[in-house]
Amino acid sequence: MKAKVYVTLKKGVLDPQGKAIHHSAELIGFSQLADIRQGKYFEISFNNGIGEAEARETAEKIGRDVLANPVIEDFSVEIEG
Amino acid sequence: MKFGVIVFPGSNCDHDAYHVVSKNVGQPVDFIWHKETDLSSFDAVIVPGGFSYGDYLRAGALARFSPVMNSLKDFAADGKFVMGICNGFQILCEAGLLPGALRRNAGLHFICKHVDLRVETSNSPFTSEIEAGRVLKLPIAHAEGNFTCDDETYSSLEENGQIVFRYSDEHGNVVESANVNGSQGNIAGITNLDRNVLGMMPHPERACDDLLGSSDGGDIFRSLTRSIEACVV
Repeated sequence: MKAKVYVTLKKGVLDPQGKAIHHSAELIGFSQLADIRQGKYFEISFNNGIGEAEARETAEKIGRDVLANPVIEDFSVEIEG
Repeated sequence: MKFGVIVFPGSNCDHDAYHVVSKNVGQPVDFIWHKETDLSSFDAVIVPGGFSYGDYLRAGALARFSPVMNSLKDFAADGKFVMGICNGFQILCEAGLLPGALRRNAGLHFICKHVDLRVETSNSPFTSEIEAGRVLKLPIAHAEGNFTCDDETYSSLEENGQIVFRYSDEHGNVVESANVNGSQGNIAGITNLDRNVLGMMPHPERACDDLLGSSDGGDIFRSLTRSIEACVV
């Protein structure tokens, strides 16, 4: 069982790295982009035998307590069997 | 009176802080390894600059799980003085000892230079010997110093006089052109509501000797020393 955790900057929080990437993409001709936001992606692998509900609960707790800073970031969790 | 300087793996301004306290301020000081948990012998603890845990995840994000941090929370709750400088400020925000967060500088660059700061209030243990409105010249050296918080938090910081330093021009005008890293309201340093915990991005410990281009930082350590004396005596 695996959890995928995505951490993204909250809406409205300025993302200077995303802006710089957006600018670079435009420089090589991608003119149809409205915005690029940078985030972080984590893969959490669980020991055998854990159920989906427990995996999700654990991943959400790790997301809240460790991976994301609630002042500036949101996170979401996907569970993969 | 005794100062402590916490050392995390990756701290690199710990020796500067130690040097300033022992030589410039002339007070006893000890290093505190981040795995220690007994802070009972200290009156003030400095959380120094550097790259704790290599800035992995986010600057300061992993240091907050070090064993010393729980003790530091109790230490602060007891009204003892805590001073976070640069990475130390980031750690105190991540740990919830100070509100807000420090994001990537608006211009993306790591900025290393002397800047001007206006002292916003003398009503803090860290600026009690400094006249409000005075401009200090201190060095900054950071990539993530862009202070941000929600509007409600910002209003409460202002209303409660928790904003201690703002980036300004040399005459003390808080203007956008002086806002080196894009911080909300040009914020360079804040305290908690009880004013015994300070976080600041500029490095006063690197500015305590005229040989280093400025000795303005000494007034912050002098204020803190007086404040400790007032509590201890």
